[in-house]
Amino acid sequence: MKIVLQNVTKKFPSRSKGVREDVVAVRDFSFEVPDGQLIGLLGPSGCGKSTTLNLLCGLQKPTSGRIFFGDDDVTALPAEKRGVGFVFQSYALYPHLTVLQNILFPLENLKGKDRLSKEAMREKAYEAARLVQIDELMDRKPSELSGGQQQRVAIARALVKRPRVLLLDEPLSNLDARLRLQTREEIRRIQRETKITTVFVTHDQEEAMSISDMIVVMKSGVIQQIGKPQEVYDNPVNLFVAKFLGTPPINVFSGRIDGGRLMIGGDAVLAVPGLDDQEVWVGVRPEGFVLDDNGPLCCNFSGVEVMGRDISVVSTNAACENAAIRAIISAESRVDTQKKTVRFSLNPGKVFIFDRETEARIPFESI
Amino acid sequence: MTQQTDYEKTEKSARAGKRMMNALVYALLTLWALMVLFPFYWMVLTSVKSYGAYNSEYIPQLFTLSPTLENYMEAFTAVPLARYFVNTLIFTVVTTAIMMAVTVLAAYAFARLNFRGKNAAFVIFLSLMMIPSELVVITNFVTITNLSLRNTFLGLILPSVTSVFYIYLLKENFEQVPDDLYYAAKVDGTSDLKYLLKVMIPICKPTIVTIAILKVIECWNSYVWPRLVTDDENYFLVSNGIQAIRESGFGRENIPAMMAAVVSISVPLIVLFLIFRQKIMAGVARGGTKG
Amino acid sequence: MEKQSAKGWLYLLPAILFLGVFMVYPLIDVFIYSFEEGYNSASQTYYGVGLYNYSYVLRDPYFLQALKNTFILVIVTVPLSTGFALLISVALSSIRTLRNLYQTIYFLPYVTNTLAVGLVFMILFKKTPYTDGLANLVIGWFGGEAIDFIDGPYWAKMFVLCVYTIWVVMPFKILILTSALASVDEVYYNAARVDGTSKWRTFVRITLPMISPTVFYLIITGFIGAFKAYSDAVALFGTDLNAAGMNTIVGYVYDMLYGNSGGYPSYASAAAIILFAVVLTITCINLLISRKHVHYS
Repeated sequence: MKIVLQNVTKKFPSRSKGVREDVVAVRDFSFEVPDGQLIGLLGPSGCGKSTTLNLLCGLQKPTSGRIFFGDDDVTALPAEKRGVGFVFQSYALYPHLTVLQNILFPLENLKGKDRLSKEAMREKAYEAARLVQIDELMDRKPSELSGGQQQRVAIARALVKRPRVLLLDEPLSNLDARLRLQTREEIRRIQRETKITTVFVTHDQEEAMSISDMIVVMKSGVIQQIGKPQEVYDNPVNLFVAKFLGTPPINVFSGRIDGGRLMIGGDAVLAVPGLDDQEVWVGVRPEGFVLDDNGPLCCNFSGVEVMGRDISVVSTNAACENAAIRAIISAESRVDTQKKTVRFSLNPGKVFIFDRETEARIPFESI
Repeated sequence: MTQQTDYEKTEKSARAGKRMMNALVYALLTLWALMVLFPFYWMVLTSVKSYGAYNSEYIPQLFTLSPTLENYMEAFTAVPLARYFVNTLIFTVVTTAIMMAVTVLAAYAFARLNFRGKNAAFVIFLSLMMIPSELVVITNFVTITNLSLRNTFLGLILPSVTSVFYIYLLKENFEQVPDDLYYAAKVDGTSDLKYLLKVMIPICKPTIVTIAILKVIECWNSYVWPRLVTDDENYFLVSNGIQAIRESGFGRENIPAMMAAVVSISVPLIVLFLIFRQKIMAGVARGGTKG
Repeated sequence: MEKQSAKGWLYLLPAILFLGVFMVYPLIDVFIYSFEEGYNSASQTYYGVGLYNYSYVLRDPYFLQALKNTFILVIVTVPLSTGFALLISVALSSIRTLRNLYQTIYFLPYVTNTLAVGLVFMILFKKTPYTDGLANLVIGWFGGEAIDFIDGPYWAKMFVLCVYTIWVVMPFKILILTSALASVDEVYYNAARVDGTSKWRTFVRITLPMISPTVFYLIITGFIGAFKAYSDAVALFGTDLNAAGMNTIVGYVYDMLYGNSGGYPSYASAAAIILFAVVLTITCINLLISRKHVHYS
């Protein structure tokens, strides 16, 4: 089932007194989710991603715009008729019902010809439970389960009625770090097996990057960029997207273009022919630094962090917006820890230039 | 396109259904509100009808065009209503004050102090919460009679002071004050009593105020105990006064004057309630019960 | 440590004194009274020890009448008031506009004097030579016969007593239920909606189980409160409840103790203990039933 959003806008009346203007949670939102894909809605808190999810499931109605599931216009359809599965951030498992009763609950809501026999319902519930591997726990109460198990029950409950679309709100935020890794693989597997079009919301870029077929990066209710995770990472359209994706985060310098050369502080770091002279922001991915005793960029050396396969060289530079520059280099490289300074040359493919005012990406051809 | 209109239809019928539901809900709520308010309206209305006008209404009139205050004059002159007021006021203030002192001290002991036998004592206190007052009233009546305290304020007040529930409520609140404050005060050489007065009570003021208000309501409305130990009308509280008025006051069935008395004794608490609405409702929601 | 102990008990002393004299001692004493036969309050003497007081009370027609009245009152008012309060609370929770106003109005009976408002109910329902009263006026609109609810037939008196009792206990129940309903996390309702759960099913399968501890608490306290009914009856029918045939168990206790028929603390004690035993039994039964049906998180 493909999902299409056309110019969807959601405004809320302002809460604070005296402010007449509406708060725009989602502004002119258009995108298309191809059938059977896993999409991550990504952005900092308050960017409108949860509102988007609520609009998709029908708990909220858009102020304007249209939403389609396949060819059906579902804009006016209330939540109960949309046939979506929703996994809430807090899971929303009914505490007084057992796991089995929780999973049966959506099936028991069906009426008339859709209603299944008791045995068929149980069969379906167990099928969903097996899919998320909790069929051993069917008689427990939610309070007797671990966070990860509760999460699985919530997914089983969302899947049991064969939803047209599966929506997950911050599915991993209540789990500890180890479980998070495991669960996100699990979500990926379940989505692949069921082939249900799935949209999930997260503020954790790593989470979104690792399992999504496509990510949608949002800021203040506006879509910044849509694309495959690697594409977006490699080709951010603006400074916000560049900063939001990647761990360690991108290093941002204030720089300028001067006679076809990119300047950071006093150092001419790259040749960028054809660009006009102007003040710019320069983003350099941590892996874009190459240790080079003759390199153009000179930084004050602070230390080395060992991260196993790689090491990260920590340094500072007056022109850098980050508190410290982190450069990731392979562990084989030798770093002279005695020196006060460290010199880098830059890999042009990992360097992005942004307009100082609009923060939009300025493409360049490096030689 | 047909699909589209279909949705619009469901949407429309859903909205109509919702509006119906809403109308029903408001109708129900308003109906009950009227049921609650009507007796109040009726007592105020009757209290401003003149005696003659009231008695000539074979069919009760729902409003009056010639309100009068003569019933209030009557209520305060024909029976010692003012005296009942003063009695109730004294009873309420003194009972509440003594109870607050006893409650605060006991709650502090349970919440803050360590002493041998504390847990056992607390269990006994808790179990006393379940004792119905009807069971102990009999002996208390005999005790007060034997001590010749009938028709005295002491006899009215003393058995009304205890309230295990409020000790429990306040203890819970005291325990939420961080221990660090206590140790800091101890290091500074503050005595327990001073710490209680200067730190605990100010911090827990909302709960203390709530308890005091609840006790005031309880005292103002108390009927059974005052009825048992007073038969001298100089010591009647408002409830007993009302009952006396009902049985014999104002000669024969002067209902408007009776209602004037009822309005007079109801007003103070209603005013108190409207001022402390939030506090009273929150306090009752936390486990108060009537009486 | 010794000094600490002394200090702790010192702070408790006032409470212990009051509770000891006016609660613990009377509690023991009431049992003793109830077994002392032929106690004379003037000379403070008695003939013997036994169960005579209980058998007297249990055969006293006034007590049996009071027992019957109390049971009817309990059986009628507890379910009705709890159910109705639940209805009102659910309605109240579903609205935004005017909610505070309604809540304030609904709470008013709680802060008013039971005796005082009871008088108003009395004049609303009473039939006198001068007027049939407002209640009868309304009955007349529907073509009914005028009835004296205060001095008339038993069922009419019982009806007024039940109506007034319900009116008096509603504020507390509405308040408690409204705050219980507000404490149910909205996310459960959203989850139910997404799964296409009907309003009724959401209420029965989700809301009700989640607030079941509160409902149950109200039922227990409701039972206890209704068993101890007294001042409502006094307000409507006057202090001589035996004559009106509208006495309650508590009323019987007080009448035995004091007033025209008073002076028998032994009978009063026996009646009070019987009441206590009844309340305790019913509460225990309630607790047993709740084990099965109440969800405690």
